[in-house]
Amino acid sequence: MSHFSTELRQRAEELVALYPNRRSAMLPLLHLAQEQDGYLSDAGMAEVAELTGTTPADVQGTASFYDMFFLEPVGKYVVAVCTNISCLLAGGEELLDHAQSTLGCSVGGTSADGMFTLEEAECLADCNIAPCVQVNHRFVRTTTPETFDQMIGEIREGRRDSDIPPHGTLIRVRRNGVLRNTRDALAAERAVAGDARDARKAQETK
Amino acid sequence: MATLTAAPIVSSRREHADSHTLTRFLATSGFDGLKKALGMFPEQVAAEVDAASLLGRGGAGFPAGRKWSMLRKNAVTYLVINGDESEPATFKDHYLVEHEPHQLIEGVTIAAYALQVTQAFIFLRGEFALGLERVQQAINDAYDHGALGQNIFGSGFSLDIVVHPGAGAYICGEETSLIEALEGKRGFPRIKPPFFPAVNGLYGEPTVVNNVETMSNLPWIIRHGGAAFAALGEGRSTGTRLFALSGRVNNPGMFELEMVKNTFRDIIFDPQLGNGIVGGGKLKAFIPGGVSAPWFGPDQLDVPLGQDEVANQASMLGSGSIVVFDEATCPVRAAWRITKFFSRESCGQCTPCREGSGWLERIMYRLEHGGGRIDDIDLLLDLCDNISPGLLWPPQQTTICVLGPSIPSSIHSAIKMFRDEFVAHATNDGCTYA
Repeated sequence: MSHFSTELRQRAEELVALYPNRRSAMLPLLHLAQEQDGYLSDAGMAEVAELTGTTPADVQGTASFYDMFFLEPVGKYVVAVCTNISCLLAGGEELLDHAQSTLGCSVGGTSADGMFTLEEAECLADCNIAPCVQVNHRFVRTTTPETFDQMIGEIREGRRDSDIPPHGTLIRVRRNGVLRNTRDALAAERAVAGDARDARKAQETK
Repeated sequence: MATLTAAPIVSSRREHADSHTLTRFLATSGFDGLKKALGMFPEQVAAEVDAASLLGRGGAGFPAGRKWSMLRKNAVTYLVINGDESEPATFKDHYLVEHEPHQLIEGVTIAAYALQVTQAFIFLRGEFALGLERVQQAINDAYDHGALGQNIFGSGFSLDIVVHPGAGAYICGEETSLIEALEGKRGFPRIKPPFFPAVNGLYGEPTVVNNVETMSNLPWIIRHGGAAFAALGEGRSTGTRLFALSGRVNNPGMFELEMVKNTFRDIIFDPQLGNGIVGGGKLKAFIPGGVSAPWFGPDQLDVPLGQDEVANQASMLGSGSIVVFDEATCPVRAAWRITKFFSRESCGQCTPCREGSGWLERIMYRLEHGGGRIDDIDLLLDLCDNISPGLLWPPQQTTICVLGPSIPSSIHSAIKMFRDEFVAHATNDGCTYA
């Protein structure tokens, strides 16, 4: 019995098929598992293990390396405030302090209503609009306490659902196009391309 | 005055709000470079890139053409694009993947053709949710347009590109660590030798790893020729480059400038660029190329923005990101925050980096927040010397990858330039700026 929903399971199998080696789908699959459960549940990681041909321990050992994966439940919205160098110079620490009082939780904690989890982020690569804030990995570009509070208010009222979907960084990523991705297929194709090139070269030099 | 004569190469569609769409791309010479490349022999395409002397734009500045020529001959090879942009203060690839994704796809396809690679992966940092969507959309568009997949534009050449999301780890910008993450593992860098990607990379096959900006230059290079690219800039630094300016300037932002033709003074003070220090203040110091780079002071403002020009001053242009400190910036606090970053992002494999970064962070913390001692200054330098013996530039390495030797840069610079402020922090029992 699959822990993933039917739709998610299908997306997962499509992801696995993109790689010459199924373990390569580990990170994207963990993103999917988190998209469904809001965090990496044991059942979700077990399903990733099955899909990647690894063990649940191996999946957890890999997941725990990466900052974006949560092994415990988190809020529906993960709010990340950057305090790295460019943001530090623009008041990132002060904005993070402000965020703690607005959300009523400390860094790493979740608001009482379970809606927001607050994180202190490392550089998010948007340093000219500092301090940088992301909600569920969407750049919200609220650099002042006032705009930050306004944005949180809008999320609470459900007015930001279209630009800030629930977390899962692949939630709106869908791929078209079929792959020929086994090692043998790639090798054969490369050989054919090489032959065609040699033939063309021979003809042109004639 | 800054020289702003060169037309932009990689950010040419910036003025268009719809620069990420296929329609805009096709209306602005989209796929012209690829079509031209497909009419050439792969070696000729590679020769153009070689003639352009395109230096890798990821940070190390290795010539892309040379990197390609080192590829081991093998039945299967892979092309991997590094879009894990995480060097603090760097935000150029963020722009390129969100706003010029088709240009990236075209560049990757040109590179794949030159290398005769039929499978490419684009590794994007997981925090770029919109970037992932835009690049995937561009790939979907390219398949539909016949610019990707089987028999591209009827040339007989086929290529598939897969977008791979990272999951939040600075270290995955290191190419062997990125390959590990692409293989579904923890992002632990591999030891070189033997794991030079060109010899033994993804799945043990020869692999080329190139940066997003490097690839984004290729369509222009093929359209205009390598010589036209090499005519821009000076010496080894050819073409243009995306510079990311942040910190205490009036107009922080990303600027595409011809290499070497402008100085740090230009980009920081020119009214069309950085437009000077916030509040008309004074520049105290600046980081010339990402937080791994040693700092510069006002004396180095006239150093040109070029690879060797910066290297000759014992720092690096790195990822092209410049952070400006004004008189109100506490150098101890700045160096502490950078060290905290490295301590957090050390992958933990090598003792000098894993332990050293944490020790350094704690000592920097107590100097900044209270509890520091005068002796801490020498202790910091001693620890830095253990991680990177001699504190030279380019740095000596005691670790598998270069994250370790990057840690001392900020602390060593800060102590060299502002030792008296460290002393003041120790005697004041905390920051003197608060």
